[in-house]
Amino acid sequence: MPLSAESLTKQFIRESKNANCFSAVDDVSLRLEEGTVTVLTGRSGGGKTTVLNMMSGLLAPTKGRVLLDDSDIYSLADKELSRLRNRRFGVIPQGQTAIHSLNVMQNIMLPYTLYNERADEDTLKRAEELLERLDIAGLSASKPAELSGGELRRMAIARAVIKKPDFIFADEPTGDLDDENTKTVFEFLRSAADEGAAVLIVTHEECAAAYADRVMKMASGKIV
Amino acid sequence: MNGFKNLTVKSLLGKPVRTIVLVLLTALLTLTVLDGSLTQTSLEKGIDSLEARLGADVMVVPYSATTKQKFEDMVLQGSTGYFYMGKNYVEEISQIEGVGEVSAQFFLASASSSCCSLPVQIIGYEPETDFTISPWVKKSYGKKLDTYDVVVGNDLNAFVGDSLYFYGVKVNVAAKLEKTGTSYDTTVFTNSDTIKELIRSSLELKMNDFVDVDPDNVVSCVLINVADGYNPEEVTNNINLHVKKVKAIQTKEMISGVADSLSGVSSVIGILIGAVWVLGAVIMLLAFTMSVNERKKEFAVLRVLGASRGKLASLVMKEALLTGIVGSAAGTLIALVVMVGFGGLIEDLLGLPFLLPSAGAVAGYAAAAIVLTIVTGAAAAAVSAFRISRIDTGVILRGDN
Repeated sequence: MPLSAESLTKQFIRESKNANCFSAVDDVSLRLEEGTVTVLTGRSGGGKTTVLNMMSGLLAPTKGRVLLDDSDIYSLADKELSRLRNRRFGVIPQGQTAIHSLNVMQNIMLPYTLYNERADEDTLKRAEELLERLDIAGLSASKPAELSGGELRRMAIARAVIKKPDFIFADEPTGDLDDENTKTVFEFLRSAADEGAAVLIVTHEECAAAYADRVMKMASGKIV
Repeated sequence: MNGFKNLTVKSLLGKPVRTIVLVLLTALLTLTVLDGSLTQTSLEKGIDSLEARLGADVMVVPYSATTKQKFEDMVLQGSTGYFYMGKNYVEEISQIEGVGEVSAQFFLASASSSCCSLPVQIIGYEPETDFTISPWVKKSYGKKLDTYDVVVGNDLNAFVGDSLYFYGVKVNVAAKLEKTGTSYDTTVFTNSDTIKELIRSSLELKMNDFVDVDPDNVVSCVLINVADGYNPEEVTNNINLHVKKVKAIQTKEMISGVADSLSGVSSVIGILIGAVWVLGAVIMLLAFTMSVNERKKEFAVLRVLGASRGKLASLVMKEALLTGIVGSAAGTLIALVVMVGFGGLIEDLLGLPFLLPSAGAVAGYAAAAIVLTIVTGAAAAAVSAFRISRIDTGVILRGDN
């Protein structure tokens, strides 16, 4: 079942400017199909992350709808939308997003921990496999402070996909990675799509197109 | 993984300094509230106990005893002393208008005894007429005291069955009295026959300040309950007007000085509790605000992973509750150790009657202090919990880049 954005508009209040209201995203429609990678590119400030946040249930649009199973996800109560995000969405945010009081494995298992879900043997096995595939297998007991930027980013990717989400949202997933790690991450996201997920990648990397089914460019809040 | 509860514990353990500060703060708050309120209550109970132990409306002593503040010091501060006046005063006083029940008491201070490192006050009473000490002694010793039997105050190092020697006279400890929080806790009580023997012996050993006293014809103090229809002030004035060389004192008046001091100390403690409570609440509010601000990004990550606004708020509240429970438990333990272990020292420092409430009441105060501290911590955290539940996840995560 696809996730569809219909005429999404997001306006923000910016009091420092003369015009106190500006549109970060203006009438954007987008459809994420299972088994596909959609890459959203464009200059900074173009509205890419705002679209990703609206589609992943983190930011309510000013106008428009995000439809899943024919219903607007923003018509759900926060508790239900949060649970939906936990079950079916995997989000890889910008920057370093580790919980520093937990070790790598505990960070990866957080989506289960949040709802007191017991991780069965298959899940633990999947976590181990993800660590292997992302080349951080030996770090499962390490604390985030002991990891490099690239390792932390790969940990965040493993955390986002541990529950085999239907939709993966990656916001600048290779922002601070070298070429080799960038390739590893894009290959991983491509394989996740090949396994059935719908993947939306927001990136500046031109090489991302090589892994995408569809590349879209945003400028001034619109898809161009 | 061990679940969301474990996340609370791990968050607290992950920032040990912040957690220790919060625990210490809650412990300090509980300690202050509990020990402050226990001190207030103990002082109130102490003065109630003193009033009950004095048990008479008016006390009449030789005039010379009052000019040296001797008598009030004996009653209120626990200093030892003795003085005598003729037995004929008992009869003379009982004839005064408005005088109801009358009973004489006899005082003596011990020179030394195995029970005590310092001299103790010995008070003798007449079992036939007494209306102040007998009812109290009866609670600990149901029988009539025989000659050479004594009952000892709760703080004295003597126990039922022990033999004590005062001025070479052997006496038997028949009972130990319950704690009163007053100077009576270091006093020995006996009947008039026994104390007369002790006075006689002290005179023979030339260890008594009075040399020409006949123990059979003197008393130290006359206790009076006024007759129905009269007030103690009126009777006190009558005695002072009509009986020479004695001084009648209203017990209420004697206690009023202590009550005034108690009121002052109690107010200071109340202000102190209030100030520490407000300060503690403000510091906790700041601590939780700073902690949540510092961890905004972590909360945003949890939100991304599917935590609802309510879950984020509950995480903050659980941290506050956990630190509150641990801190208040530690604070209660320290407070009880301080109060039980150093109650005597507090009593000495304040110079006021001091009687700890019963164990049940102390448990009630402890429970109230724990609840108050936890509620204060939770209220302080609630502000941060509300704020964190309203975070804009997107803005916070983008702020890093």
